[in-house]
This record gives sequence, structure tokens and C-alpha cells, in this order.
Amino acid sequence: MNSKPLLEVNKLNIRYQTQDGEIHAVADVSFEVFSNEVFGIAGESGCGKSTLIKGIMRLLPENAKIDASTIKYKDQDIDCMRESVFREEVLWKQISLVPQSAMNSLNPVYKVGEQIVEAIQAHTSQGKKEARERVAELFDVVGLQSELMDSFPHEFSGGMRQRAMIAMALAIDPGLIVMDEPTTGLDVLVQERILRRIREIRKQIRSSIILITHDIAVIAEMSDRIAVMYGGRIMEQAKSLDLFESPCHPYTLGLKNAFPSINNLDQELISIPGSPPSLLGLQVGCPFEARCPFSSERCKNDIPEVVVKEKFHEVSCFRHMDAPELREHATKLSTWHY
Amino acid sequence: MSDVAHKTWYQIFFRSISEHYQIIHRNLLGRIGFWVIIFFLFVAILAPWLAPHEPWEMQYDSEGNFASLQMPSWEFPAGTTHLGYDLLSQLILATRTTLIIGAVSGLISILIGANIGLISGYYGGKLDEVLMRFTDILYGMPFLPFVIVLIALFGRKLEFVILAIALIIWRTSARVIRAQTIAIKQRQFIVAARARGCSDFRIIYRHILPNVLPLLLLYTSFNIAWSIITEASASFLGFGDGETISWGGMLYELWLSGKTRVAWWWFASPSLCIILLVTSLVFVSRAYEEVANPRLRKR
Repeated sequence: MNSKPLLEVNKLNIRYQTQDGEIHAVADVSFEVFSNEVFGIAGESGCGKSTLIKGIMRLLPENAKIDASTIKYKDQDIDCMRESVFREEVLWKQISLVPQSAMNSLNPVYKVGEQIVEAIQAHTSQGKKEARERVAELFDVVGLQSELMDSFPHEFSGGMRQRAMIAMALAIDPGLIVMDEPTTGLDVLVQERILRRIREIRKQIRSSIILITHDIAVIAEMSDRIAVMYGGRIMEQAKSLDLFESPCHPYTLGLKNAFPSINNLDQELISIPGSPPSLLGLQVGCPFEARCPFSSERCKNDIPEVVVKEKFHEVSCFRHMDAPELREHATKLSTWHY
Repeated sequence: MSDVAHKTWYQIFFRSISEHYQIIHRNLLGRIGFWVIIFFLFVAILAPWLAPHEPWEMQYDSEGNFASLQMPSWEFPAGTTHLGYDLLSQLILATRTTLIIGAVSGLISILIGANIGLISGYYGGKLDEVLMRFTDILYGMPFLPFVIVLIALFGRKLEFVILAIALIIWRTSARVIRAQTIAIKQRQFIVAARARGCSDFRIIYRHILPNVLPLLLLYTSFNIAWSIITEASASFLGFGDGETISWGGMLYELWLSGKTRVAWWWFASPSLCIILLVTSLVFVSRAYEEVANPRLRKR
């Protein structure tokens, strides 16, 4: 994990041009994903998680403008790559995606197996028979019976479709698999089964995973490192354990309060009052400032720099030095709801 | 598991043919339409052998009298014209012309319409703007006069009649397919296909096309039906190919003869044929929607 990063994103900005003005959906995001790790991106709806990933994979609509100082995959600059080269060499071969609402991501007119065969044949020179064998193998990995490959998507349940999409993402051993909300929209039991499956797959393959979700519980359980996003920026980034044991950013503290802890079931959950900021127009100050109980005048006017607290622990907050004190205050209801 | 892969191509071919037939067969109207079309196809192919007489040959009845304007009878099942031509023979031979015109210009027009619709809908932006404004211009053209002018310019030959019809009839299909393409383009599985690294070409023809297929089939049969009607109208106005005989052309000759009020049989048979064929086409295409939408199939 200390070696060279697999994916390196540096100061990525994504802006949507709309009739009402510019929306700065992703601002100055930098992160790295190392090989053989699960990197979680957490944040509430609309914070730019999916836009970030789609930006890297070039799946955004035409009104989105992307600029980044670097996006590197295995030391190769994938940002400046020609469209056709990117499509053939990077997409799926190197980076694959389990899209959001993967349940609707299968073409209703083709058999499930055929669609995975298509994905395999588009990037390799395998014959149909070989590809079908591979699909059977993949179905086995994700826990589907291989006979099901000749079924249509509508004959599958939501969980089965989800697993089929994961099978498709694994098809040609990509170095990096992006899972965008892989468990959203599934019932709790199926969710658990899918997560267990992903964990088992992790043991079998060498690929890294970027896991995007708004579910802190899922991300805490699955990830090696976590980035917490808010208002298009990464607020805090750390190894999972560090993030939950010594969070430094008020937003992370607030998130932690809002989820039940298994050690302390009696603890009252505290929500973060207010709602996420509008990203329309020019952003001044910290995006969390309006909801932050610890904000000061400075937070209104300046955007805090990213500070490296220790190795793999980065935070962008002016008061990161006061973290122990904030942690103490943050557990009290009166701090948030006064 | 891999039984599909191991079957020879003709086994798969015949299985899919029978599968498609069963789908049409389940629907009563589709079944009727299917057999009517098969019947007309059969007639068209065997026309020269089926026709009892030459189409432009004066007939005499069994008593040796000149058979002018005879009502349908055993001898002349569809009656005769004022010049004593056998209408049944004319109908049979006209089936061939009409089917050729319908099929060829119907198919050319759907080919143009589908491609313009798909490309325009998928790419959007400037290309969409240009293609759709061009379609709008065609919409501004009065349909029949435009066809007539084209035929008058090119000449009254079968090929030009077909071309003239095809060149204008694609406009509706292009519009409808574009709208459907835009709707399907937004669906999640298209994004997923793009993430898989599919090229635009592949997405358009492999992922979007099958999803607009029900509409495409419907409009193919509409286009065929419209071509047949247009050809009949143009022929009726005297702009058909004078060398060949068509159902519209038969009506034109009735008009020229001035016997419209007398010879109802002369008017009835070609009209009935047109109505029957056009309706059958629509019935079949309705039944066929199920093919492209597996969810509608009964399990």
C-alpha cells in the first residue's frame, strides 16, 4: 500500500454549465488509490461523489467541464488521452464501473450473459465460447447459478441484477473497480449478502475498489481508507480506523453522531441541522461553514487548505489543531442544536 | 448451459423463425394479417401463372359476345372493363407491382428515417438541429404534389416512382425514432454501456436500435402502407408507370373510362385489395411488438 499509487487524482474540478449559472460540483479534489485496497468515498446526496467518478471515467454529459492538474492511472496520464484510446484501453480494461442503480443497468432486450460476453469481446480477442465460459466462472464468483446467463434481465431480482453487474465489472480483471452505491435500493438482507460477496471477491482478486456510498456503516465496514466529501470538496481523508477514532473535521464528527454505534446503543443520535449548500455560483469560504457549530469569521471568507495531519490523514479545516477539544464538544446535543 | 452455442446455425435459424411465427400467431388479428400478406405474396410471385387472361386482351363470353362491362360472374370473377379486359387478371398482375413498390420504398424510407432519427437523437446538438430542420422542410412540402413533381421530373418509370415516394415518406419515422432515441439515451443501461467502453456506433446500433425496434417495425409497416396508398394516389392521377399495371392504375383507367357510376365492381376490387393489404400490415406490426419487447411475451 505504500508503493506507487494506482490512481492519482490531483486538483480535479468539475463544473456544470446551466441556464442559472455555473455549478461547481467538484472542487479541488485530490486523492490517491493504491493497489489492493478499498477506498471509500462517503458523503450525502448531491455532494459530488458520483460526478467525481463519472468525471474520471468521462461519462459526464456535455455541459460538464472538467479540469485537473493530473489524473494518472499507473503513471499514465489518462486525462489527456484521446477519446478512442481511452475507451479501448482504459475503460473496463483498467477501470470498470458498477453504476448507480445497477439494477437498471442491463439492457432489457439482451440476455444477461450476452451482455457480459459483449463486454469481454469488446476488449479482448476471446471467442464466444471462451467468453461464455468466463461468464459462467464469473457468475460462480458472484454467487449466481451459471444457467441463469441465458435469462433476460426482467427475470432477475434486484439483488441478482446487482450481482450480474458486479460480475460484469470483474469480467476482464481490471485494476480498479468503481462501485457507485452498490447496495442502495436493496433490502437489508440482500444488502448484507452483496457486501459479503464483495468481501469474498476481495480475497480472490487483486483489484482495488473505489466504494461510493452515503451509508457510513457500509463504508466503515468495507474500506481501508475513507474520504469524506461535502459540497464538492473532500473534507477529511484517513484510514478507516483513524477516521472513526480520531476524526478532525466537524463534518465527520457530525456524521459520526448521526449513526448508531454498536458499543453504545443508548447514545442518542444527533443530526446535523440545516441542509447541504447550493453549489451554484462562486464559492467563498468553507462549504460546511453554515452548518458548522465551530465556525468562525475566517471560515466564511477563506477556503481552508488541505493539511496533512499524519501519513494518510488529511483534513481541510482551520481548526484542525483543536480537534481533541472539538471531539469532546461534538458529542453533546447542545453543541449542534442550540 | 451452452446448448445454444452448440447448435448449428440452421437449427438456431429455424427455431427463431418458428418462435417469431408463434408470437404473431398468438394474436388473432396478427394471425389474420399474416396469412393475408402471405396470400398476396403468393399471388405476386405466381402472378403470370395465376392470371387466367392477358391483362390487356379483349375478352368474349361463352356465347361469343364482346364482354364489355360485365358484372362479376363465374366466367369473369371480378368483372370486366369497358374495353372487355378481365379485371381479375389485372388485379393479380397489379399485386406484383404494388407489393414491389410498397416493400422497396417502404424499406428505403425506413432505412433513411431510422438512421436519421437515431443519429439525430443520439448526438443531439448541432447535428440534431441540422437534420431536424431538414426534416421540417420536408414536412412543409405538400406530400402528393411533391411526389407528382418528382415523378414528372424523373419520368414515369417504376424505379422513379419508388424513389420519389421513399424520399418523402421517411420524415415521420425519423421524427418518431429520434424522440424515442432521446428517451432511451437517458436510460441507465446506456451509461453502463458507455462505461464498458462501447463506441458510439455500437451503442446506437446494438443498444438503442433493439429498444426502438417495436416502433421501427410499426413504422416500417406504416411506411409500406403509405407507399402503397401514395402509389395508388399518384397512379390514379395518372402519374404511375404506364407500362406496368397497379391497383391505383386500375382506378385511373376506371376514371378515364368515365364509367365510375356504372361499374361498381371495377372500383370495388382494387380498393378492397389496397384496404386489405394495408390493414394486414398494421395488424402484423402490432402483433410483432412483442418480439422486440421480451417482457410482453407470455412465459
